[in-house]
Amino acid sequence: MTSGERILLAHGAGGKLTRRLIEEEILTRLRSPILKRLDDGAVIAFDDLRLAYSTDSFVVDPIFFRGGDIGKLAINGTINDIAMCGAVPLYLTTSLIIEEGFQLDDLRRILDSMRDAADEADVEVVAGDTKVVSAGGADKIFINTSGIGIVQKEVGGSNAKIGDKIIINGFIGDHGIAILSEREGLDLKVPVASDCSPLNGLVSSILRATEGIHVLRDPTRGGLATTLNEIALQSEVGIRIDEEMIPIRDAVRGACEMLGLDPLYVANEGKMVTFVSPHDADLVLEIMREHKGGANARLIGEVIAESRGTVFMRTRIGGERIVDMLTGEQLPRIC
Amino acid sequence: MKFVDEFQDPKLVKGLLQEIGGLAKRRVTFMEVCGTHTMALFRYGIRSMLPDHVNIISGPGCPVCVTPTNILDAAMDAARKENVILATFGDMMRVPGSSSSLEMEKALRSDVRVVYSATDSLGIAANNPDRKVVFLGVGFETTAPSIACTVLGAARKGIENFKLIAANKLIPPAMKALLEAGEVQLDGFICPGHVSTIIGSEPYEFIPKEYGIPCVISGFEPVDILQSVLILLRQIEEGKSGVEIQYSRSVKPDGNPVAKRVMSEVFETVDSDWRGLGEIKASGLALNESFRERDALEYLGIELKEPVDPPGCLCGEILRGLRSPPECGLYGLRCTPERPVGPCMVSSEGTCAAYYRYSGGARP
Repeated sequence: MTSGERILLAHGAGGKLTRRLIEEEILTRLRSPILKRLDDGAVIAFDDLRLAYSTDSFVVDPIFFRGGDIGKLAINGTINDIAMCGAVPLYLTTSLIIEEGFQLDDLRRILDSMRDAADEADVEVVAGDTKVVSAGGADKIFINTSGIGIVQKEVGGSNAKIGDKIIINGFIGDHGIAILSEREGLDLKVPVASDCSPLNGLVSSILRATEGIHVLRDPTRGGLATTLNEIALQSEVGIRIDEEMIPIRDAVRGACEMLGLDPLYVANEGKMVTFVSPHDADLVLEIMREHKGGANARLIGEVIAESRGTVFMRTRIGGERIVDMLTGEQLPRIC
Repeated sequence: MKFVDEFQDPKLVKGLLQEIGGLAKRRVTFMEVCGTHTMALFRYGIRSMLPDHVNIISGPGCPVCVTPTNILDAAMDAARKENVILATFGDMMRVPGSSSSLEMEKALRSDVRVVYSATDSLGIAANNPDRKVVFLGVGFETTAPSIACTVLGAARKGIENFKLIAANKLIPPAMKALLEAGEVQLDGFICPGHVSTIIGSEPYEFIPKEYGIPCVISGFEPVDILQSVLILLRQIEEGKSGVEIQYSRSVKPDGNPVAKRVMSEVFETVDSDWRGLGEIKASGLALNESFRERDALEYLGIELKEPVDPPGCLCGEILRGLRSPPECGLYGLRCTPERPVGPCMVSSEGTCAAYYRYSGGARP
């Protein structure tokens, strides 16, 4: 960026502009080699102990939505980032930035929901901070969570291997469309609930069952398409997916058609892509399908040696096209 | 949304491709003039499935792309004024004017809001009676009726603070201008399904009559588009030309009379500047005498400047079907979807953006 340039909403959308902001402005100044790996969290080694450490801030609008609220999202978001490092999340911290005039009842509801989410995933919130800013200084409430966990098996975006099978644990696009349908002014009544949920249980189960897991990544902002592109770039491999195999609810597909969105770019909050050696793909699918968070798991594609750094999709009608990273924003403040 | 599945049926697609293969004997070039067709061609990988000598090019079918810079500059001038809320469609946010964009003006604290339909901006006006709400209305015959309804709604409800920058354009005059210029040799037009839902098939009749070129009004699913290609090939094979409606589940020959009436109640036809095509006679819609007081530019005292095109940008030639995006010196280098120079790279329906997105930004 040159001087005089400004931060635009699109810089926060999780697509190409976000990546450029991180690479050109943040990584050039905060020069940690661990940060440079650009995984969902950092893995830090102390002798034999390897810790996963991650942080995330939540500014979702509206703060209450079908299937969750900002509190549940904040707890699960960090739990999932830690789980995507192949780790068992243990302890979280949280910071609340609250706008003057915020309803105490709403705060109570959010805190209760944070407690419930932490209980469900068996993690503990062990430290925190609270700030109140004057009216207009923030929009209602912003929440940051950070957390640590112990690494079970080190996985990362750069570990994809040629021939790996790619599995998604269920329907994509639910979170984004749930938020969108309740966004003020849009008035879209789509009966879709956010998929906001913890993935640590599912991750533990598959990591225990097989050594063949190479990459875990949760496709949040920027959606499945952006996540797969990140992995193709980090691992320097090609990726081919099959449109027919990607699970999308009819309601989500319909809402996307109507709004001109592509479900491949719509945010998820309880989904993960798993890259697994072909030998273990069926086993992973089987384990996932027994799990609450993976009943609709599907094999959606594979890693190929050709066209490194690129994601291809066989379209439903048998054509082929490139699936690029998200550019700009599909919708701001989705998480 | 079960009803789209039949139109994406791989078996039907395969059968149509076989028929197309049998009929396509010589090299043909068809032009579509609708951003949704541009997107669909890429999204389903249709070009990769057609025979090499069946060539589909994109014309001036993206409303964002054909809007000249002076309209954007005027919208930004409006947004910068005290007490103004500027509302528009999301696609307009990132289009560069001569020096800024609405997205940038928003970051600089102008109140710019994205709405999904014109009527949403009327709601904003009703909720902010002490401010002026300016709707930047762009689009073709597709958005014109809902914008007209919004103006009528404002009048009916007495919402005086709703104003409009009227920048809608009409598709058939642009098709005529392309043919008159004679720069591009076409064997058929794939006419826009949504626009035709409003205007019907009659406004295209001059194309086969005066220019002998076959036309088909097409839907947007893969089966629709392939059927349309087949219809054009059949007309060529039989040596005739006419306007056929493939998208008959939505388009009637006389269009939507109610929508047409609403449009004529609010708008009048005027000469209009198109990016890449210049001024085209009777190709734009302006508020007519009875609704002149809704004209945002007149109300706010904003004058339209001369439109300027960024140096080196080939959007004009691309919109006229003369060049393809990789032939532009800026494409993929200085002009990318995250930092667009020309409008065809901004809108998701723009030819350059679609090309970039579905070819990974590669230059040949």
